[in-house]
Amino acid sequence: MIETLGHRVNGDEALVRRGRFLTTTFLLEVGPTAWLISIFEGKVVSVARGPFVMPSSSFALRAPEEEWQKFWSPRPPPGSNDLMALIKRRVLKAEGDLQILMANLRYFKEALAKLRRAGAEA
Amino acid sequence: MTAQFEPIVGRYMQLDLFGRKHRIYVEEAGAGTPLLCLHTAGSDGRQYRALMNDERITRRHRVIAFDMPWHGKSSPPSGWHNEEYQLTSAQYTTMILTIMTALELERPILIGCSIGGRIALHLALEHPERFRAIIGLQAGAHVDPYYDLNFLHRPDVHGGEVAAAIVSGLVGPDAPDSERWETLWHYMQGGPGVFKGDLYFYKLDGDIRGRVADIDTSLCPLFLLSGEYDYSCTPEETLAVAKSVPGSEATIMKGLGHFPMSENPAEFFRYLLPVLEKIGG
Repeated sequence: MIETLGHRVNGDEALVRRGRFLTTTFLLEVGPTAWLISIFEGKVVSVARGPFVMPSSSFALRAPEEEWQKFWSPRPPPGSNDLMALIKRRVLKAEGDLQILMANLRYFKEALAKLRRAGAEA
Repeated sequence: MTAQFEPIVGRYMQLDLFGRKHRIYVEEAGAGTPLLCLHTAGSDGRQYRALMNDERITRRHRVIAFDMPWHGKSSPPSGWHNEEYQLTSAQYTTMILTIMTALELERPILIGCSIGGRIALHLALEHPERFRAIIGLQAGAHVDPYYDLNFLHRPDVHGGEVAAAIVSGLVGPDAPDSERWETLWHYMQGGPGVFKGDLYFYKLDGDIRGRVADIDTSLCPLFLLSGEYDYSCTPEETLAVAKSVPGSEATIMKGLGHFPMSENPAEFFRYLLPVLEKIGG
């Protein structure tokens, strides 16, 4: 499912436009599985599945698989509907250069919510 | 085409607060029992636009909302440009009581959301005789910081964008898009460092856990309404307050989030109207 992030994000013209000043690579960990996601000027240009030997990324988002599955459900329950909700419950760890995440927080929230089944909005 | 005016009237009030001159924006609609409304951190009185536009409320209530200093159309006091804004419990209390006195509000009903809900608990404890009833929305006794507040005010992160992005998930899933984004727009419009300065009260100075059980609801009835999807002030935190305050009434509002009066007024009124009915005129 994560592999579909590219076409889901890139197909949303407004989201790409809002991300036009964002170029970075971040690490997404879904339980034991790591993904390196590269963004160039708002477009997701690569989604690579780990394991990696020496992954370089600006920041990492790490949560157990069951937490991401709740986040990606069509109508997430309270406490699972938003990245900040997961952080509040201390189940999502955000580590690294978080300025990039926070300066583009709406972009990252909406991009990751694109993986929600049935395409519900963030 | 004829202009369609809402019944809301806004004015600027000159007021001395904390020994300094302030220019405070106040708006109101309706007539009857005063209903004084307190907005959330980093936002302004527009959050109560739906209450002021609903005849079920305005035919028996004079609904009043002011923008706190530094917020909305209220100015920061002269000299602000060299200061760091930080809201404290003492200032917040003084502000509300001084504005009530200036507006000659005789025992209003108080409704406050988030930081407004928190100060409502402080007022229920310390000044119950000044209010007919208190309604705390998203009111908890304390919230632990869960992100680095410095991100709200630094030159390499847009303050308005990040404030709205931080709180966007606090809006419930059923909010109509127009109201959701109106609510977030208010956050995008906040002045630099203001949301952060409000959160000083919310997350540090305004902790009332140790005293909340001393609230006496025989002196002033206390109603607590909290949205199910709020992860800032969670339903559990509101229920914990209700449990420790005998006589208080708490209701968890299904599908709603942290900004019930602004994000989804139609749903919110299903919970608010019966409370106003119970309080009576």
